Amino acid sequence: MATIFRGLGATTALSASSKSNSFDSNRFHFQSRRSLSARKATFLVVRSEGKLNPGLNSRARRPDHFIANAVATKTDSSAASTASKPGHELLLFEALREGLEEEMDRDPTVCVMGEDVGHYGGSYKVTKGLATKYGDLRVLDTPIAENSFTGMGIGAAMTGLRPIVEGMNMGFLLLAFNQISNNCGMLHYTSGGQFKIPIVIRGPGGVGRQLGAEHSQRLESYFQSIPGIQMVACSTPYNAKGLMKAAIRSENPVILFEHVLLYNLKERIPDEEYVCSLEEAEMVRPGEHVTILTYSRMRYHVMQAAKTLVNKGYDPEVIDIRSLKPFDLKTIGDSVKKTHRVLIVEECMRTGGIGASLTAAITENFHDYLDAPIVCLSSQDVPTPYAGTLEEWTVVQPAQIVTAVEQLCQ
Amino acid sequence: MSFSATKFAQPLPLNTTSPRSNDKPILLKTSSFLGSTHKLRSNPHPTKFNHSISCRRSGVVAVSDVVKQKKVQSSTNLLITKEEGLVLYEDMILGRSFEDMCAQMYYRGKMFGFVHLYNGQEAVSTGFIKLLKKEDSVVSTYRDHVHALSKGVPARAVMSELFGKTTGCCRGQGGSMHMFSKEHNILGGFAFIGEGIPVATGAAFTSKYRREVLKEADCDHVTLAFFGDGTCNNGQFFECLNMAALWKLPIIFVVENNLWAIGMSHLRATSDPEIWKKGPAFGMPGVHVDGMDVFKVREVAKEAIGRARRGEGPTLVECETYRFRGHSLADPDELRDPAEKAKYAARDPIVALKKYLVENKLASEQELKTIEKKIDEVVEEAVEFADVSPHPSRSQLLENVFADPKGFGIGPDGRYRCEDPKFTEGTAHV
Repeated sequence: MATIFRGLGATTALSASSKSNSFDSNRFHFQSRRSLSARKATFLVVRSEGKLNPGLNSRARRPDHFIANAVATKTDSSAASTASKPGHELLLFEALREGLEEEMDRDPTVCVMGEDVGHYGGSYKVTKGLATKYGDLRVLDTPIAENSFTGMGIGAAMTGLRPIVEGMNMGFLLLAFNQISNNCGMLHYTSGGQFKIPIVIRGPGGVGRQLGAEHSQRLESYFQSIPGIQMVACSTPYNAKGLMKAAIRSENPVILFEHVLLYNLKERIPDEEYVCSLEEAEMVRPGEHVTILTYSRMRYHVMQAAKTLVNKGYDPEVIDIRSLKPFDLKTIGDSVKKTHRVLIVEECMRTGGIGASLTAAITENFHDYLDAPIVCLSSQDVPTPYAGTLEEWTVVQPAQIVTAVEQLCQ
Repeated sequence: MSFSATKFAQPLPLNTTSPRSNDKPILLKTSSFLGSTHKLRSNPHPTKFNHSISCRRSGVVAVSDVVKQKKVQSSTNLLITKEEGLVLYEDMILGRSFEDMCAQMYYRGKMFGFVHLYNGQEAVSTGFIKLLKKEDSVVSTYRDHVHALSKGVPARAVMSELFGKTTGCCRGQGGSMHMFSKEHNILGGFAFIGEGIPVATGAAFTSKYRREVLKEADCDHVTLAFFGDGTCNNGQFFECLNMAALWKLPIIFVVENNLWAIGMSHLRATSDPEIWKKGPAFGMPGVHVDGMDVFKVREVAKEAIGRARRGEGPTLVECETYRFRGHSLADPDELRDPAEKAKYAARDPIVALKKYLVENKLASEQELKTIEKKIDEVVEEAVEFADVSPHPSRSQLLENVFADPKGFGIGPDGRYRCEDPKFTEGTAHV
């Protein structure tokens, strides 16, 4: 069963101490979880057998961050019980809802609009129960008119509300491209700073299980050039809730990319309130040999590959970039300077994806630190086929990641 | 006042269609449909009172002939007071003079790009916007200078913006097609037709939200969305008509039907050219009005704005109007029939208002000339102000991309890019 790793902050001291402990293929060493008052970010990993191991201290980041133990999908209930700690377990879609609800409680101008968000509770249940609690106007069921209701959200944002627009599937937001590009991204600038657009546009995207080409799109590659917007991708319940809250509180328009296959991930998250940073990347697994940059669902393929790689004696550093626009060049850069090898694993298509931009950004900024060309594993430039076997071959699989690392580290 | 609320709200029995009057123009005959652009407007009031097939909501009708009757009585019953008349006159003169000055400045190389002038359509802007409060919102298209002026944006701010100077209402960053003013609640200024209508719908949504969710009981702000005949074939128009009627949003959709979308005649582009009829299809009143007559526009506007303020929902108003100049200053305007242009020039709204004011002894020629002179000075001053204003400096380049400039992200050195000293100089690498 795939183990779910989560961590925060860059690592500096980690490498030294991990070498001091014998690094065998079965153990990762991490620092024990700290309380919320601790100013340093920590992270820890739960192995699939369920034992909790202490992890290493890392460089201080934002004081809000608090890390609870990551919980694997099925097998980790024993780990949760061995470490008696606060926090509550939930699934990723529930974490999104929790973040949304907290923000709606906190600020009455926060509202939701989208197809089937109200009475139906959202196609992935992210808004379940909210319409009953807040009413039909605050959780607005819209007709099927993406361009117009996204524009309506933008107009509402300009006049004082803080709407969250849900695309039932991210792909549907292609119909709203006019509004997202021209109005969402540009109006703050063309109005000379007079109007701000604190809108959040969110929805599930990515390749699912045989959903067919149109329901399997990765819009982050299309939206990334739009000036004036920020894009983030969540991948765990912890960062889903944190990014949702941060996006709502942000004065900028933020597009939050969720993934269809990650909604049922389970994790224990803190009871205390927390917010993630929209611009920072997440250190998932510190390492020495190679930097693997990824986001969203591919994080799990990478971590699965990482298990194999560790067994083969490699020490990959895995970073979930989280912020697709802008890139966190500090976390990424520090990692590149340490490992000198970069592998990007993404679900976007080969041409013009996030990986392509990331490759350019790294080459531009950290060229001197590279010992090998950047390798970017992306999905094939193919409309996602319906057939399961074909679909599997369009996206990057763990075996390919293992091969790529082996080649990169030769 | 002849329109009562009941006229708009009356439900109609099914299948009632009154016979169309005989002066219905030739457009109904398909054989001469293509190319007979000049024939639609041979009759100045082509639309008669026309019952629509009743829909789920209350029936709605066109009421322009009621206004026509009212005008006939004008000799005994004045349509306006002197003060109101002078306000309207001044606003229309301001719009006309400003636009004429824009043309001059454009050909002198003071402003560039696409500039779309409003000459001839002033009655619509003045007729509607002069009834608004400051908190009401206006959304327009690229033909937005006069909407901004009517709403209260100073002429110097608009002219400066057109010159691309930093003292412009959008700091020179928007230009002719993007007039915004937070103070006066002008939400744009949009270059692509139709994309402002959802924004206007959103502003109306906020008004309703304030009243019903935030419990601001006295919030009755309305939103006006101005757009043209070409836009009425665009999906966003229909989608927003639906949503506005569905949620009874306080919005008025004002169609400035000047018959031409650049070089495309409205008749060649539209299966049913009578745009006001599309309102009832969505459950809102559809009104056709003579857009060259500021009084008629004002009467319709009063009723529509009143409806919206009372929470009765949206209205679609089609104003038959005409632009005296080309689509933009780059348009040679060769396609339109000179006879058509002459016909509408004879219906110049400013001339008509002047005539009315003088004939009804509401103002003397001298008073009106004083206003014209005053406006000339305002416009001259606006040009001077724009001329001496500075161009934006490099430091302005990155400033308004994000409301929160942390959106530029974290640089390799760990600091946010916006903390880089070069950021305020506009030379930072972002």
